[in-house]
Amino acid sequence: MNILVCISKAPDTTSKIAFTNNSTQFDENGVQFIVNPYDEWYALVRALELKETIGGNVTIVTVGTATDEAIIRKALAIGADEAVRIDADPKDAYFVAMQVASYAKAKGFDLVMTGKETINYNGSQVGGMIAEAMDLPFVSLATKLDANGTKLTLEREIVGGVQVVEVQTPAVISCAKGMAEQRIPNMRGIMAARTKPLTVIPAEAVEDLTSYVTYSMPNAKSSVKMIDPSNMDELVALLHNEAKVI
Amino acid sequence: MVLVYINSTTGLSKAALETVTYGKKLSGDVTVITNGSASNEQLAQLGEYGASKVLVDRSVDGEDPQQLARLVAAVADQVSASTVIFSHDIYGKAVAPRLSVRMKAGLVAGAIAVPEADGSVKVNVFSGKAVGYVKVASSKQIISLLPNSIQPEKTGSVCSVEETNGLAGASAINVLETKKPEGNIPLPEAELVVSAGRGLKGPENWGMIEELATALGAATACSRPVADIGWRPHHEHVGQTGVAIRPNLYIAVGISGAIQHLAGVNGSKVIVVVNTDTEAPFFKAADYGVVGDAFDVIPKLTEAVKRFKATQH
Repeated sequence: MNILVCISKAPDTTSKIAFTNNSTQFDENGVQFIVNPYDEWYALVRALELKETIGGNVTIVTVGTATDEAIIRKALAIGADEAVRIDADPKDAYFVAMQVASYAKAKGFDLVMTGKETINYNGSQVGGMIAEAMDLPFVSLATKLDANGTKLTLEREIVGGVQVVEVQTPAVISCAKGMAEQRIPNMRGIMAARTKPLTVIPAEAVEDLTSYVTYSMPNAKSSVKMIDPSNMDELVALLHNEAKVI
Repeated sequence: MVLVYINSTTGLSKAALETVTYGKKLSGDVTVITNGSASNEQLAQLGEYGASKVLVDRSVDGEDPQQLARLVAAVADQVSASTVIFSHDIYGKAVAPRLSVRMKAGLVAGAIAVPEADGSVKVNVFSGKAVGYVKVASSKQIISLLPNSIQPEKTGSVCSVEETNGLAGASAINVLETKKPEGNIPLPEAELVVSAGRGLKGPENWGMIEELATALGAATACSRPVADIGWRPHHEHVGQTGVAIRPNLYIAVGISGAIQHLAGVNGSKVIVVVNTDTEAPFFKAADYGVVGDAFDVIPKLTEAVKRFKATQH
């Protein structure tokens, strides 16, 4: 099976979030970037497991600038066969999806996998957009994936439960927790990643449909009110009368 | 003209009423498109929340986002909608991006408020650690509304319901099985949530958390370590890499409040933290704090809730 895994860079989950340039840009100063966890832990690792059991090839693609090559090498070290970087500084999910869809259409993959969302913009947009642009079925929030010939069997999250579904390849899948376990690259993987092919291709002209005008930090909480552990009636009364939530 | 998509296969959810209310705040003319089996009487009630008309396609089961994108795009075209609204739930997350490409309309994913005066829309970014304002450049726009961001408001009276079909095409997704535990409140929609972490010491101690949740009518949740070691199911994990929630009340028991956990819950209106450690970082994000042993505090809290509930009837 020929699989394309879409990866995005994201700030490390412990990063301090701040903005610069009059609150219009994320302040990357001192921020460590990682492969977006949903893309790496779930989409990429499951793609590699499928390759290991049924054979095939795993390509990773990202839309980004030359500074993203560190996270690309990390994904190669985990085990992807080759990487493609579409050269642009993306600002908009539609822009990213159009670039990936155009590349994927030309190459003809059996399966395109994404994480369920990125941990920085949390939009859950790119997977569905790629599917529509390629006119392919889309299974979102998948927690299990097995392949048998051209048939994929998946489990996905639904409101209040899970559902088992079947779909034919080619298809686009967004991956959530449960799909696979995180893999830590070993030294052999890290060495091998240095020589694996990384192709840089130019971006196509696509107009952004959205932009972030400004950012701000949420309002800070006023200080915490401490309640005596032996007086839970007081806490319940406060939740009812003061907070008005019960 | 605003078009609102709701899923009504299991009746009218609170999230559905929120999206119709949101549509009404944007336009005096709101059409609702839905699929599923809710009765015409139920669907007509959407008029009370601002719908002028409801269109329903009963032939579509709602399991294939490609089918729904075709249906919603065709109706948007018919009614000349300039804005299409979804709930940012599993349907919104699957269908809205497809529709964005199909209509070439910018998507604001996970809106938490009505648009600002300049047309930009507030969303959570960095998993709730910050907010951003998104502006759409295209003439048409799609907004998916994060559940529990606004409250449903009754402003009108029942509206007309019309059937539609033939717009959605065939489904490419074959459903083999649906597993829904009975009686559980789905976490993303829950208004009250009781959550616990490693401080509970073992999965056998979750009984008191469930009892408190039952007394309150709350959903249960957990921290990441607890899901990772298998004490609780993954779908209960809230935090940066789990589910992000914004209930009215979040009670955190034995959770220290790591930044990744806070990211998933800091949209909660009120946070109560119970922890033995006075230095737990979670207290800084809390509205109410109790320093004490969960095994002592939680049964007392459950009893206090039951006493309070008894006075409410």
